Amino acid sequence: MVMDVKDLAVARGGVTVLEGVSFTLAPGQVIVLRGANGIGKTSLLRCLAGLQPAVAGRVTGEDIAYAGHADGLKASLSVAENLRFWADVNGMAGVDGALQAMNLAALRNRRAGDLSAGQQRRLGLARLLVSGRAVWLLDEPTISLDAASVGLFGAVLRFHLAQGGAALIATHIDLGLPEAREFDLTPFRAVPRGDGAFDGTFA
Amino acid sequence: MIALLARDLRLAVRAGGGFGLGLAFFLMVVLLVPLGVGPEPDILRRIAPGILWLAALLACLLSLDRIFALDFEDGSLDLLATAPIPMEGVVAVKSLAHWLVTGLPLTLISPVLGVLMNLAPAGYVWLVVALALGTPALSVIGAFGAALTVGLKRGGLLLSLLVLPMYVPTLIFGTELVKRGAAGAAPGTPLLLLAGITLLAVALLPFASAAAIRANLK
Repeated sequence: MVMDVKDLAVARGGVTVLEGVSFTLAPGQVIVLRGANGIGKTSLLRCLAGLQPAVAGRVTGEDIAYAGHADGLKASLSVAENLRFWADVNGMAGVDGALQAMNLAALRNRRAGDLSAGQQRRLGLARLLVSGRAVWLLDEPTISLDAASVGLFGAVLRFHLAQGGAALIATHIDLGLPEAREFDLTPFRAVPRGDGAFDGTFA
Repeated sequence: MIALLARDLRLAVRAGGGFGLGLAFFLMVVLLVPLGVGPEPDILRRIAPGILWLAALLACLLSLDRIFALDFEDGSLDLLATAPIPMEGVVAVKSLAHWLVTGLPLTLISPVLGVLMNLAPAGYVWLVVALALGTPALSVIGAFGAALTVGLKRGGLLLSLLVLPMYVPTLIFGTELVKRGAAGAAPGTPLLLLAGITLLAVALLPFASAAAIRANLK
């Protein structure tokens, strides 16, 4: 088991949005988070990544790579430089494999700022391959990707799972992963109480 | 950590990186003072230490908001927070990079500006010593201010208001050191106090900055 979550409650902007979330993630497993906008998918992922504290509950699991809405790219560095930086930070060697896997090899010397949105996203996802982490926490990983790139990413993800990795993905689209377990967050929506109650319509 | 330092330095010298902006600002301010005050050598000589230090301080201030804000905006700070390096290390490395890009060049070019300000000959060595000892504190304290204001839109002004009061001790003892050096007096006390402030700031503030960043990432 690479990640075990028990009775987790997470907040956004000081208001608890999810309560009693429990699940386990085993090696080779992928869980797709479902739920309406504002239900707290991003807050949950950020909490699991250790970027924000849990309101209640317990998370066990380390070795996490997080990919949020922003790709963490520097516009004035080249594609290869951007990726090499993250490889160095994570103590990994070599970025060629990751560039190949996300079909970026031809763009390796281009400035990241000159890439299209989809290409930037591919570079952001290539970072996961040089993170050397077992658990990928992905927040809408396929935004601005075309169908071919989504397929490419699906293949990368399947390879990661085959190697004993795991992934938790918040997405609204079908990633073409029949083995993915769907996890609907709607039942865990926190019950609003008192003043300043959370209203889903404004999320 | 070395990768982070290399990246920050590389970003600084790339287009739009801001390397040299602080230095150019320092030059401009010091060049403008004789034009504003007038060319009397005695007056310039007397105000030289203060002006040089003030200009260095303002030049340093100019680039502070870039330390973390850019990484925050493009998501790098989130990723660094989840990377296997401690946030304290990230802060320390980014402060060092800031010093290498602003404080160090300022220190190296300051003797040239000492000439423009008619600094007493005995003061040159002490000007360089004072800036070399004091500017690291400016970067570390500035990084703390930048960490406190990191998630704020247009936090630059607030950052200045937070940081400038914390620069006061460095300014006082830095100026005093140059003054005493230029007058040929014993520089011991301000030298030790200036070094002490810098050491204290370098030793303690990265922890405070890291805590501030973690709080701001929530």
